[in-house]
Amino acid sequence: MASLPPIDLPPGATGAGAFDAQAAETDGGVLFDHLLRLGDDSLILGQRLGEWTGHAPSVEVDLSLANIALDLIGQATHFLNYAGEIEGKGRDGDALAFHRDVLDFRNCWLVEQPNGDFAQTMARQLLFSTWQKSLFEALKGSADRTISAVAEKAVKEVSYHQELAAEWVIRLGDGTDESRRRMQDGLDWMWRFVPELFDMDEATAFLAARGIGADVAALRADYDRRIDAVLAEATLDRPRDQRPILGGRRGHHSEHLGHLLCTMQFLPRTYPDATW
Amino acid sequence: MVTVAEKARSAEREDLAGEALEFPDAEWVSEPPPPSFGRSPSPCRGGSNGSDQTDGRRVAAIAAVVESVADPEIPVLSIVDLGIVRAVEADRVVLTPTYTGCPATHVIERDVRDALDAAGYRDVRIDTVLSPAWTTDWITPEGRARLHAYGIAPPDPEGRRVAVCPQCGSRQTEEISRFGSTPCKALWRCRDCAEPFDLFKCH
Repeated sequence: MASLPPIDLPPGATGAGAFDAQAAETDGGVLFDHLLRLGDDSLILGQRLGEWTGHAPSVEVDLSLANIALDLIGQATHFLNYAGEIEGKGRDGDALAFHRDVLDFRNCWLVEQPNGDFAQTMARQLLFSTWQKSLFEALKGSADRTISAVAEKAVKEVSYHQELAAEWVIRLGDGTDESRRRMQDGLDWMWRFVPELFDMDEATAFLAARGIGADVAALRADYDRRIDAVLAEATLDRPRDQRPILGGRRGHHSEHLGHLLCTMQFLPRTYPDATW
Repeated sequence: MVTVAEKARSAEREDLAGEALEFPDAEWVSEPPPPSFGRSPSPCRGGSNGSDQTDGRRVAAIAAVVESVADPEIPVLSIVDLGIVRAVEADRVVLTPTYTGCPATHVIERDVRDALDAAGYRDVRIDTVLSPAWTTDWITPEGRARLHAYGIAPPDPEGRRVAVCPQCGSRQTEEISRFGSTPCKALWRCRDCAEPFDLFKCH
């Protein structure tokens, strides 16, 4: 796969676009925004993984991906319900998941990327779950009791996600020429979305300083060590760092997210009070 | 099958008739259900001997109702066996979910609600707490034995990734898939009897 050439941004450039959300002005607004980031990451990746149901390479993999999706949607439920409480406008997790437009989503770009082939999905999963595990380990100590409780509970599940992804990356990378090529391609595709995970924007720094959020930049060194260990065992090359793509946390997304939401939100939007 | 709630009601009727109680722990059943349940208040109320005693009986009665609720995925286990009932008090029951995304969480909460309502405890609320996080260490010894008898290998007490075949008892077993039919189970197989089986994952 042809990689994008690295582009050096001029100092001070943020890559912000016209559609970027304004910074939240109140403490409650910052926390609400933070909970949307946590919840939307899990929700969108859960939906993506759900697309594999019935299409995975084997029934065991099918079950695995569906189970991981279920864990992620469970996390999203907790974070988004809590976001609704903090917001105080009567919206619950369902309202936030199904009745927001694409510009209001705060997930990172990595999770909205298309599944591609199974190798690309596993590349995304390794890069995300390794990060999420470190993040939740840090958030277990959050001064916000709801965030710490959700993180404490979910971190055990995320360990399983990370292990599964690492095993597949190793198996495919250290496999046949074909599987290795696909695994490397998948990794190359996803790699440019990694820096966003560690981006310390104003809101992240604000909450980290108050012990509510995590100092994500500080997680990077450990992350690199964990990823490098897997890549070494998988005989894969660490992709070259490219121009980082940022903006998801401010509501600036790739075209893929809108298409995902079309599918995910269709039913509750068409029949707003539908129940099982 | 006679539910605990039904037993409680029938025992209550017998109590009214002045006969011996059939249900062994039925001392508490004289506690009347709240009138809002749609039945006339039981005359037994007049016979209660002090609020402390009544509270104790009430808690025991609520505990018995809660204990009658089975895990919807693994019906041989009660939710008490599973270790998700964190507290039973006179006015509330505290539950903790097993896995973050377990769909049974909602079913369990609804089942507990239904059981409480049916036994006349509509005023008892259900609180869900996340912390401390549930762990498979909280599955009771009875629960572990019931899992094994049901064909699901209980989690290794020391957290190792090993399993005893619930069919033949062999330790010559191997993992097929870390993710099984539900979030709490992994798929294993026995190398001796060749049967596949579920393992309740350590958590």
